[in-house]
Amino acid sequence: MEKYILPEIPGYHTLNVYEEHGGYSALKKALTMTPDQIIDELKKSNLRGRGGACFPTGLKWSFMPKGNTVTKYLAVNGDESEPGTFKDRRIFEFNPHQLIEGILIGCYAMGITAAYVYIRGEYGKWIHMLQKAVDDAYAKGYIGESILGSAFSTNIYLHRGAGAYICGEESALMNSVEGGRGLPRVKPPFPAQNGLWGKPTTINNVETMTNVPLILNKGWEWYSKIGAAKHPGPILVGISGHVNKPGVYEVPTGVLLTELIDTYAGGMLDGKKLKAVIPGGSSTMILRAEQIEGVSMDADSLKAAGSSVGTAGMIVMNEDTDLIRIIARISKFYYHESCGQCTPCREGTGWLFKLLKRFEAGDGRMEDIDLLMDVANNIEGNTICALGDAAAWPVQSMIKRFRDEFEKRVKPIETLAV
Amino acid sequence: MFLQPNNNLYMLSQDNLQKVEAICRHYPERKAALLPALWIAQEQEGWISTDMMRYLGTLLGVSYAHVLGVVTFYTMFQDKPHGKYHIEICTNVSCLLRGSDSIVDTVRKCTGAKPGQTSADGKFTVSETECMGACSGAPMIAIGDEYYEHLTPQKLEEILKTLA
Ligand SMILES: Cc1cc2nc3c(=O)[nH]c(=O)nc-3n(C[C@H](O)[C@H](O)[C@H](O)COP(=O)(O)O)c2cc1C
Ligand code: SF4
Ligand code: FES
Repeated sequence: MEKYILPEIPGYHTLNVYEEHGGYSALKKALTMTPDQIIDELKKSNLRGRGGACFPTGLKWSFMPKGNTVTKYLAVNGDESEPGTFKDRRIFEFNPHQLIEGILIGCYAMGITAAYVYIRGEYGKWIHMLQKAVDDAYAKGYIGESILGSAFSTNIYLHRGAGAYICGEESALMNSVEGGRGLPRVKPPFPAQNGLWGKPTTINNVETMTNVPLILNKGWEWYSKIGAAKHPGPILVGISGHVNKPGVYEVPTGVLLTELIDTYAGGMLDGKKLKAVIPGGSSTMILRAEQIEGVSMDADSLKAAGSSVGTAGMIVMNEDTDLIRIIARISKFYYHESCGQCTPCREGTGWLFKLLKRFEAGDGRMEDIDLLMDVANNIEGNTICALGDAAAWPVQSMIKRFRDEFEKRVKPIETLAV
Repeated sequence: MFLQPNNNLYMLSQDNLQKVEAICRHYPERKAALLPALWIAQEQEGWISTDMMRYLGTLLGVSYAHVLGVVTFYTMFQDKPHGKYHIEICTNVSCLLRGSDSIVDTVRKCTGAKPGQTSADGKFTVSETECMGACSGAPMIAIGDEYYEHLTPQKLEEILKTLA
């Protein structure tokens, strides 16, 4: 398939080459349309967010109040900190102008005059790459006052995070842009009413925004026919773990997970057998090898299989993997990253981690398996933000699908010698 | 005129102060420039001292307590000086699957420091980090802004030797 998010064209990250291949023509087209026409085009395309929740982008944009009388903001999410996820970084490096063009179209469609791109602090090098592209686009009149001679003006600013996974959560991200700690806000109010500095704000993932110019250029019909009907378009799948060629692969949605592993990622490392797959970043539910048969990378198929697309960061594990160590490490992550505002998340993630450490050391107790499940169930759905759920799902699915692994790590009861 | 709070040992250089002032114009409130200002301060000094926190608080119109809260919330802001090289080893799932244990061991062997420690000569500070978004290059480390991916113990030893 032709590549639309990461085209294999040398120098595509530079403004010249991007323009030679039709870059910024979607922006020019957008400026001849009304904001409503653009939002309608997006709705019909069925583009769904690539940041984890697969939320329909056109619908999200339609929640924003219309007109230009109030100040409104766009936040673009490049925090990319969910373990197993490493795709947005490729966009900063290889296709920054398409991201910028998508942001500009979004600002025009929603009447926004300032966009903040939030990038995780560790991506220092990639922040410079995107900043260079932004500077070049300013110099050429694509960003700033009276863009391309129109009445539309907007600015794009980059905001560097500093090592906190929680800042990827939309309301925490907004607090971080405002200069505070990244604490999620209680919703409602939702960002479209009350976001950055109390003003209507839309937040979208970097990859989501990079899809927007395609839809304007080629039309919603073309876009909606790529891949899975209800979750169409090109998608960046990151594959890591025990495969021969780990990497980011652009595929149409709906590609089989088995094909992703065997064909794209070059098959299992050292010819070992597959044991388990985490399909969409560490918070998505783990699947047993036999559960991925016939399952494809799209929202419906993965949901039916008992997991989700998440960020499409697949972690592949072979037969030798110690899954108890893996789940303990995942739980350590969520414990470490919990912001501590809600008791079920703050206390619960600590409990999960401590119990799992016991199993890892072979000191588990049979009743601890149920206790783990209880703790996870008490976190899920009882917190301010979805980090709580993200901590619960991996544990719940691991117990459901690999209970035997826990049982093997239960400490034998010492019997008295007779 | 730029605001120059008095009686503080550590302050931003004129250049950096101008950078912060320019960044303030990106936001409707000066307070929002706190994270960028902390980055600039950390690049200048290598870490962020209490005096610097007070200084930035005055500069941006927020309390010292607010600045301290922010510095301690974000793991990448250093409130203590550390070694010349900060070695961050990812030990999250994808790196663990591809041998991050051997990376931790090699770093310890070469520098004498475990995660959480600074080497005796003060050259290396070693930390264990969460996923750094380089999972296809696992196992990996970062030293400052530089990523080193697809490591083996041998390759890592070579890299560490080049750091004087
Ligand atoms: C704890 C947590 C971390 C998140 N991290 C990210 C992230 O790094 N990048 C991202 O795009 N979305 C992340 N999200 C999802 C965002 O809150 C938000 O839904 C998303 O950015 C919306 O963009 P989309 O509609 O384009 O997918 C995170 C959510 C939670 C609960
Ligand atoms: S669920 Fe966890 S991370 Fe989210 S707000 Fe509550 S304590 Fe913070
Ligand atoms: S797990 Fe190490 S970089 Fe992602």
